[in-house]
Amino acid sequence: MFLAILPELSILLVGLVILFLDMILPKERGNTLGWVAAVGLFLLIAVNLLVARPGSEPRLVWGGMLRHDWMGFVFKMMFMFSAAITSLFIMEVNRIGKNGEFYLLMLASTLGMCLMASASDLIMLYLAIETTSIPLYVLAGFLKHDDKSTEAGFKYLLFGAMTSAIMLYGLSLLYGFAGTTNLYALVASFGEQQISDVVLFGSLLLVLVGFGFKISVVPLHFWAPDVYEGAPTPVAGFLSTASKAAGFAVLLRVLMIAFPNLIPYWGAVIAALSTATMTLGNLLALTQKNIKRLLAYSSIAHAGYALIGLVAVSTLGITSVVFYLVVYIVTNLAAFGAVAALGRVAGSDEVAAYAGLSRRSPWLALAMLVAFLSLAGMPPFGGFVVKFVVFAAAVQADMIWLAVVGVLNSIIGLYYYLTVLKVVYLYRSEDEEKPLPIPGSYQLAIIVLAIGIVVLGTVLAPWFSLTSGAAQAIF
Amino acid sequence: MFPVTYYLGLSAILFTLGALGVLIKRNAIVIFMSIELMLNAANLAFVAFARAYGALSGQIFVFFVMAVAAAEVAVGLALIVTIFHTKQNIDIDQMNMMKG
Repeated sequence: MFLAILPELSILLVGLVILFLDMILPKERGNTLGWVAAVGLFLLIAVNLLVARPGSEPRLVWGGMLRHDWMGFVFKMMFMFSAAITSLFIMEVNRIGKNGEFYLLMLASTLGMCLMASASDLIMLYLAIETTSIPLYVLAGFLKHDDKSTEAGFKYLLFGAMTSAIMLYGLSLLYGFAGTTNLYALVASFGEQQISDVVLFGSLLLVLVGFGFKISVVPLHFWAPDVYEGAPTPVAGFLSTASKAAGFAVLLRVLMIAFPNLIPYWGAVIAALSTATMTLGNLLALTQKNIKRLLAYSSIAHAGYALIGLVAVSTLGITSVVFYLVVYIVTNLAAFGAVAALGRVAGSDEVAAYAGLSRRSPWLALAMLVAFLSLAGMPPFGGFVVKFVVFAAAVQADMIWLAVVGVLNSIIGLYYYLTVLKVVYLYRSEDEEKPLPIPGSYQLAIIVLAIGIVVLGTVLAPWFSLTSGAAQAIF
Repeated sequence: MFPVTYYLGLSAILFTLGALGVLIKRNAIVIFMSIELMLNAANLAFVAFARAYGALSGQIFVFFVMAVAAAEVAVGLALIVTIFHTKQNIDIDQMNMMKG
């Protein structure tokens, strides 16, 4: 039973160690806290992979609150990985990196995400979502002397609180129709009570508002660019990867498990959301001058691609979503890491500041090339493979039009990713002679991520079988 | 005892009022109050359903919602105070440093 929550316990342990060290270490502590968080999380990921793997039979644990299955486990490992990488980026950020509270809040949020990934009860689901969100509001507004950061935190909080209130109202109606809060018992109860599909679907829409906010689908996307721009860059990276993946984890589980009878309804809605999200995200990204806003719109578009797999409503479809998220997390963390590495020296996040980067730091430019081409969906990087799998799932489900929309959108995406790379590689600037110091932790993280992108794109079989195992374990 | 639909009606009215408040009001604190109203509408629905089913899970849900709401407001007020320090007002229309 405790094995089921070993990832959560590990995160808690790291958090407590950090809290303790924060208390006893002197003010001139260097980057100890960041290294403790990162190394501790990496070690505990290894321990979890060895010890806490779920068996072949998924089971409900802790009074039906959580489900110990591969789906949750794969997501949990991804969240711990992105928290570890984010710690590596955070430790060199001024006024944050030496702050114990920051790591603790980030770990609390990661803990919430892990619970989101395996929650099988509406109460747990709501609590996990809020445990994730509330620390993230603080993280986004952490630089309290920076007006942009506090404004980002406040906007995030305002939209987050409102959408979660709407979601809660939806949950209360679902509870009312079913009389139970267990996700896996909902279907049977809906059947017994003979609730009409339309009423049920109305309540589901309210719940989808909350999930849609977390994954930033189009009518609920407008917070993302502002929050990513204002928040410290590594936090923006964390928001756009782990938090979004956690949203997808609950979305997959709730839709597939509790509402299989409503597939014609929500399938159409998700297809429309997916189309709108991809198209609007990519079109708005075209005009951006600030790279963090550009990456924000790009991450909105990527949520749209991932939704294609959900529309397919098949094992391949769910596999493709999970696989997409694995690759997207690694790739987007690399992209934000490169942005953070330049931003801390240049003091600017404008695309123009990237002129001459290939001469200042060829390796950082190469890392950006790898990350951006993977985001654009170019072989041999991970981004190509997962786009291929997602579109394949759509074609298999006879949704060829959706695959076509996806491909057209990838072409738009390619344009703005290449525009950034053009500035990096072809434009000259007067600062070319100035060295670009990159701290050791950034080098380590970016190397790990860049290798990850290439490995995910070339050695496919283990990742595909892992994610398809996760997809089958959900039922 | 009133039938459960009465409570649900009241809950729907509260929720609508809260949602309207969030959309119309420009003062950050009033918006927070409106969000609280929305949360309490959901709480009322939970309690009414729990009573109708004679089940406790709805009531337990409400306890957690209250705790979460308190945490959310604590963070929100802290951010509002920080913003007030620099801007001297909390009108959300003034929070427009980032656009595009």
